[in-house]
Amino acid sequence: MTAPVLEVQGLKKYFPVSTGGLLHRRAAWVKAVETVDFDIMPGETLGLIGESGCGKTTTAKLILLQEKPTEGSIRFEGEEILALHGAALMRYRRAVQVVFQDPYSSLSPRMRVRDIIAEPLEIHTDMSRVEIRERVAEVLELVGMQPDVADLFPHEFSGGQRQRIAIARALVTDTRLIVLDEPVSALDVSIRAQIMNTLEHLQATLGVSYLFIGHDLAGVAHISHRIAVMYLGQLVELAEATELCAHPLHPYTQALLIAALPAHPDDKYERLTISGEVPSALAPPSGCRFHTRCPHAMPRCTEEVPVRKDVAPNHSVACHLYG
Amino acid sequence: MPPLLEVSDLHTHFTTFGGRRVVKAVDGISFSLDEGETLGLIGESGCGKTTTCLSIVGLLPNSARVAGGRITFQGEELTQKTSREMRRIRGRLIGMILQDPMASLNPLFSIYRQVAEPAYYHQSMRGRTLRARVQELLRSVRIPSPEQRMRDYPHQMSGGMRQRIVGAIALAGGPKLIIADEPTTNLDVTIQAQYLDLLKDLQRDTGVAIIFVTHNLGIVARMCDRMAVMYAGRIVEHGSVRDLFNAAKHPYTRALLGSIAKLGSKEPLYAIPGQPPNLAHLPTGCAFHPRCPDAMPQCTIDAPLETSLGESWTARCWRAAAQPAKEAYDRASA
Repeated sequence: MTAPVLEVQGLKKYFPVSTGGLLHRRAAWVKAVETVDFDIMPGETLGLIGESGCGKTTTAKLILLQEKPTEGSIRFEGEEILALHGAALMRYRRAVQVVFQDPYSSLSPRMRVRDIIAEPLEIHTDMSRVEIRERVAEVLELVGMQPDVADLFPHEFSGGQRQRIAIARALVTDTRLIVLDEPVSALDVSIRAQIMNTLEHLQATLGVSYLFIGHDLAGVAHISHRIAVMYLGQLVELAEATELCAHPLHPYTQALLIAALPAHPDDKYERLTISGEVPSALAPPSGCRFHTRCPHAMPRCTEEVPVRKDVAPNHSVACHLYG
Repeated sequence: MPPLLEVSDLHTHFTTFGGRRVVKAVDGISFSLDEGETLGLIGESGCGKTTTCLSIVGLLPNSARVAGGRITFQGEELTQKTSREMRRIRGRLIGMILQDPMASLNPLFSIYRQVAEPAYYHQSMRGRTLRARVQELLRSVRIPSPEQRMRDYPHQMSGGMRQRIVGAIALAGGPKLIIADEPTTNLDVTIQAQYLDLLKDLQRDTGVAIIFVTHNLGIVARMCDRMAVMYAGRIVEHGSVRDLFNAAKHPYTRALLGSIAKLGSKEPLYAIPGQPPNLAHLPTGCAFHPRCPDAMPQCTIDAPLETSLGESWTARCWRAAAQPAKEAYDRASA
């Protein structure tokens, strides 16, 4: 069995909230991410899905070392990344890259496309200018663009083309894992499929792994091999994408599937069984965080935090309904 | 019975550079809507769907004007109305729900004051009747404990609740038509499903007609009876939602349907090549031809005419027109 590219164990991130006033005392903690575990295999896409404020972007930031976790470990190719320094840390930053949601704010308007894509190479490698030039042309072709666009500025491109440039920049350093934070949400419908297909094609040719963050279940399920569902900082269910869509176990996942819009007007129409809105992460409910909205809530759910357990091969769920 | 709303051959033009350049944001569109019916207006950004809606309610920006065509609402011609007359229609007969509830609510006024405004001006309600009406409206959009919540301000509410307040304001005048412009784009998926269910219930209870402006075909499949697909300022296909989902005739409609991921399916997505066109520099002939997989030489020269494909089903495509409506074209060009 091959080893995973990325292993995340017991990851926690608490943000302090100060009360204001003179002393700025820390009054409370926002528990943005609470004991999240998952792994990503080489060449695999793990989908991370949940509503706003559920901690998916915080998880991404922790993996990218933009935030320091409160607790837990992140291992990349067997190495604990939180302990990395110097050259080893640079190697990690080179291997793990990111593509953001909005390509209008993630590309510097003052830099030419060539310089945007070449920047990681200038920082991480000692390639000559000629080599860099060749490498930029190579990745531009990989993402389906003409190499001669390298001398243009980002404002000369549409949203979909800018997202291709962002993907090219993420790929340029022989990347092994790309964190894709809602990469198609800001694009027009007719362009989304182009980007999704490009991402799938790149994975098939280069064997790169993706962590694909999104909130649209159908889209995430389409591109992902496995899906992790998050709710209020906790990972509630993890399963193969097709299995999760066919047999969702956690009541929240079931609600997400019902809330997903139909692909055809004749599709069965179900009413959403959950009510209310996501509670504040400042004062999350006790026990299972979903119990305030759950149609199957039992007395036990208000007291005991459910632990995520395997209920079928490659399918784990954190819910008291399943043992 | 005549339709509730009839838009025929509407042209809305934006003038820029001091009148030297004209952008035809809406270029000759026609559709009609019966009472209690739901029409989905679909298209990508910049295809003219919002401009169409603003033309109906007379809220176009200063740089735009209706350059031709008619908008008939309950037998009255709206394009000739003064802004004073339009104010008697907006909020009373036509309600609007816009995309961003934080932008459509005034942060300085209480919820009560904002929900009460249409009833205050249009139905001259005051005092206790007005208060009772506001509570009834808030209850109808499922705001819990309306007596307390109506004293709150918009920032004290969540996004889903704010959008329901906007819905209450749209309903306040007892309208015949609600124009909902991407009402759920900013909402989370479970909140979106709740909001769509709510709109369905309100429509069943009040019999209001709804125009749903969206780029999301899933919303159309769930909510609408008929749909009109817009591309570059024109309606390229128009018909019942079921017909179009089953057997769309226009390549753009087919491409849109093929580019949507289906839940649990790994079938490759159809990617439409190229970009949506710039309205200031439209291609000649059919505006879709540079991206169309079935384009013919004729498509690059002549803009296709509207072809009838059955009862209330039309498409603007030379391929769809090729067989049954050849004679109609010959007649039209003769």
